Formats: sequence, C-alpha cells, structure tokens
Amino acid sequence: MGIQLSIQKLTKRYKTGDGVSDISLDVGKGEMVTLLGPSGCGKTTLLRSIGGFLDPDAGDILIEGKSVLKAPPEKRPTSMVFQGYNLWPHMTVYDNLAFGLKIRKVKKAERDQAIEQVLELVRLPGAGKKYPGQLSGGQQQRIAVARSLLLKPAVLLLDEPFSALDAKLRHEMREELREIQADLGLTMVFVTHDQEEALSISDRIVVMNHGHIEQIATPQEIYDEPKSLYVAQFIGKMNFLKGVVAEGGIKVGELSFPNPNKLSGKVTVAVRPEDIQFGGGAESRLQGTIKQIMVLGHYAEVSVDVQDHGTVRAFLARDEVRSLHHGQQVSVGFAKILAYPEQ
Amino acid sequence: MKWYLKSLGPKKIIEFVALIIFVIFFMGPLLNLAILAFTGNWNYPDMLPREWSLKWWKFVFQQEGVSQSIALSFLIATIVTAVSIVLCVPAAYAFARIRFPLSKFFLFSFLLTHAFPKMGLYVSIAVLFYKLGLMNTLLGVILIHIINVLMYMTWIPTSAFRNVHTAQEESARDVGASPFRVFRSITLPMAMPGIIVASIFTFLNSLDEAQGTFLVGVPNFRTMPVVMYGIISDYPAYAGAVFSIILTAPTIILLLAAQRFVSADVLSSGFQIK
Repeated sequence: MGIQLSIQKLTKRYKTGDGVSDISLDVGKGEMVTLLGPSGCGKTTLLRSIGGFLDPDAGDILIEGKSVLKAPPEKRPTSMVFQGYNLWPHMTVYDNLAFGLKIRKVKKAERDQAIEQVLELVRLPGAGKKYPGQLSGGQQQRIAVARSLLLKPAVLLLDEPFSALDAKLRHEMREELREIQADLGLTMVFVTHDQEEALSISDRIVVMNHGHIEQIATPQEIYDEPKSLYVAQFIGKMNFLKGVVAEGGIKVGELSFPNPNKLSGKVTVAVRPEDIQFGGGAESRLQGTIKQIMVLGHYAEVSVDVQDHGTVRAFLARDEVRSLHHGQQVSVGFAKILAYPEQ
Repeated sequence: MKWYLKSLGPKKIIEFVALIIFVIFFMGPLLNLAILAFTGNWNYPDMLPREWSLKWWKFVFQQEGVSQSIALSFLIATIVTAVSIVLCVPAAYAFARIRFPLSKFFLFSFLLTHAFPKMGLYVSIAVLFYKLGLMNTLLGVILIHIINVLMYMTWIPTSAFRNVHTAQEESARDVGASPFRVFRSITLPMAMPGIIVASIFTFLNSLDEAQGTFLVGVPNFRTMPVVMYGIISDYPAYAGAVFSIILTAPTIILLLAAQRFVSADVLSSGFQIK
C-alpha cells in the first residue's frame, strides 16, 4: 500500500490562537482516515489546507509524492465535499455535475455517460434535470459526493458532509459512502466531530485536540487502548475513578490492578461500562447501591452509586438486569482498566 | 344578497370596502390621466369626454424639443445604468467578500446623499461643477444621476453577493474553475437577480430625475422630466397627462418585465445593514 497523501510538520496558526501545529500524517492509497475532534481542534483547518483553501505557515503536503503546497485549489488533485451549500442553485443537477468535466474539456458523450453512471452510484438515477432546490438535504449531499467522484480525485476530502442530516439518514449515508469508498478504492480524509461516525467508517482515526494529534490508530485500538486521558474521555462511554499507585500496582479502593505503564502517584482510572462486572464475593469488589436501571434495546445501562467513587455506569445484557432492582446493594468489579496520570 | 353578506361576516366586508377605497385612491388618478390624455372634447358636467382623439399626443410631439428630450432621457438613463453597473457591482462584491477597515462606514455613507435635502446638495455640487467646468455638460448630468443611484446600486448587489455562500464558490474552485471563472459562472449568475433589480431602479431613477438635471444640465440637456415642468405650467392639463403617460410607461413595462426578480426579499435584504 503506497502512501497517497503525506502531511509533514504542518503548522497553521490564526491570530486568535486556533489552528494546528506540527501535524504529520501519512494516508495510504485506498485508506479512509477520519479526523476527529471537538470544534476548534483544528481538524477543518487541516482539511482545508490539504484542499488548498488555506495557506499553511510551515510544513509540506505531498500527494502521490509531489508537493501541492504551491498549487491553488483548482490545480490540486483533491476534491472536497463541504458541510452544506455545495451545489449551485442556478444550475440543474446535470450542469452541477458537468461543470468540472467541462472545464477539463471532456467530450459531451463521455460526460453524459459518466454522469449517468455516477448518478446511479449515488442512487439518484434520472435526477439530472432537477434543480438542487427540488432535492432534499440528503439528496443534495449525494450529488455533491457524486460531483467529487466524477473528477476521480487522488484524495477525496469530506468536511462533516452529513452533519446537517437527521440521524437515520446520516447512518444510511455513511454506510453508502463506506461502500462506494471500498468499491472504488478511494483515498479519503473525513472530518467529523461525531465519534460514533468516526468509529463506524474509518480505517484509521486521527483524534485531534487543540491543534495537535492525540492519537492515530484503528477504531479498535482507539476504543480499547486510548493513549491519553483526553482520547479516553472523547471516544465512547467511560467511567473515571480516582486511583493511586502503591506496592507496584494501581489501587482503586480495595481493588488492585497491574501497572504496565509504570505510573506513579495519583492516577485517573478509566473503565468501559461493558467491563464492569456485578455480583460475586465481597472480596476484591467495590460496594455500591443501584441508582437507576435503563433498558436501551438489547442492553441495559445500570447506574451504581459506589462509596467514595461517585456514580459508575455499567452496560449489562438485558437478561442480567432482571434480577436487579433500584436501591439494591451490589458489589462491582472491573474486568479491565486503563490508567492515566491524574491531571 | 343579504344572506350572502351575512355569510361573509363583517370582517370580510370591511376588507372589501378598504380594498375598493385603496383601488380608487391609487388607480383613480391614473385612470383620470389616461382619459385626459385621449380627450378630444370634454365639457364640465359630462362623466366622459364627448370626443376621443389623439390631438394632445400630436401636440406634445410637435412641441420643439419633446422628442429629443425623450431620446435624451433614455440615452442618459442607459449610460447612467451602464456606468453605475461598472462602478458599483465590483464595489458591491468587495463589500460582500473582502473585509477592510471601515467597510460598514463606507457602505453606510451611500445613504448620506439621501439624508439631506436634495436641492441643498445639488447647489453645493453645482458650485463644484462650475469650478471643474462640468456645468451644462453630459458628464455633469450623468454624475448627478449616479450620485442618486449609488445607494441602490451598491446595497442591493452587496446583499446579493453575500447570499452566495463561500462554500459554493469554493466548491467551484475545487472542481477546477479559476477565480475568474468562478465569478463568471457561479457568483455573478447567482447574484444576478439582485443586480437586475438594482439596475432597473437605477434606470427608472435616472429617467425620473429632474432637480439635479435642471440645475446642472439646462439649457443644453433638457430631459423628459425637465421639459415636463415647462409643459405643465404652460399648457392645458391634457398635454401634461400625455406627458405623464410617456414618463410612466417605461416604469410599468420594466417592472412587469422584471417582476420575477423584484421581490420584497431582494429589496429588504438589500437595506439591512450587516
């Protein structure tokens, strides 16, 4: 797998202090990489720099081995899908799609065929004669994706393309996009602030915070082994408890866990809700009272008030919840923990 | 009849009466004007003229300078519209897209020419024009007209350009269009309704401008409204009616032609200070 896009020590700072610093990232050919972070973390700055809409202060961007830094957006082998307002309302869908091809001097017969194909690919066959105003928001974003696909970009950039759509449609669109991306072997950089979206469609996720990269890893890795407390807080649901390093292990109350990262002093212990176990002997368990049980479809969320540690949320299979009730005294244990230096 | 009125309810009836009054108030004078213009012979107690004729039309067009004044008015209005498009559309684009210091102040300053009594403004401009040798020249008249329309011509297109989203321009760049091509194929067509509305206003405003032209252009540049002052004071009302129709017709024709573009939205968004 060759490297399609290489970002090297990229820095772009705004006067307000926002921006990105010293970002390095390689994206392989046919890979789907998601830039994930809260608003203001610099993910859009990074994406717009790749697309040519921002001039970085320092660093380089290589696409297929060549620096594109000097090229304006229209000369770059990238294509971008924006959050909204992608389409030109005074042109039909056909003209919207044909605009880029006409500039590239593609012959009409070829153009028509390519447009017909791409409309089928985004499941809007025959929409060519309509105006963007006659399409729904989801359909408009599909056309925007189609327009980018038509130009066969070396890297496809997407800036929260589905964030304006409702949850169900967003789900569908990301599945479709993932399918198209896999079929065509597209290299894609996808920006989102939605961690669920990132986890579901990415080959790799880049978690960003305040203009720098916190972690680059596969969704599995990001979820199972968040490198920093920030990533642990941002990705998925997590319980945080106070712990302390003593006698070569991490102690949470009476419980003791191994300390592979050789931390010392006070630590923050993170436990996934699905790693919390109920019942068993009182030894090596924490005591708590059930505060709330919520059945959420195929699983249930149980909140337990643990002495000295606050509320802990656990995900249990629905069958396991049947024997539990509000106010019940339970003992809880952790199958697996993560520990970070206390901040 | 009574059952029908009852079924309508008092609210509807009041609305209907108000509408009638409104129509009479607005259309009455126009109707009267039209009748006057085609009158041959009309004595006092009659509801309508006894004879219809085109004799006042003939009379007006036979007057020395009338045909020329009509031609001159349209010529000036066309030049003023063209020049102000060339001047103001780029300025509007700059106001909409480029952030520069005091841009709000500059945009607001176009209102100033409308904030003071016109005659005072014109007199002070005339003093300046004397020094510059612009009195009684075509250039002087055109400048006076442009001063009047700067506000429409800048404000309305500015808001039209603002309504074109940056993402729409950027996605055109993205698919390969040069900045100039983006402006020509995307930004300008999308802002066109606003520019057309502003141009129509400009054209009509120039066609209608009398005070400034009177001060700066007379005796050589006598446009329709200037000539009309003379005709109204010197000849019977019939001639004035004919002339009013000549002046009103272009307005109505242009507004009908452009009604697709002229909407309260385009206008009101143009007059919001953002």
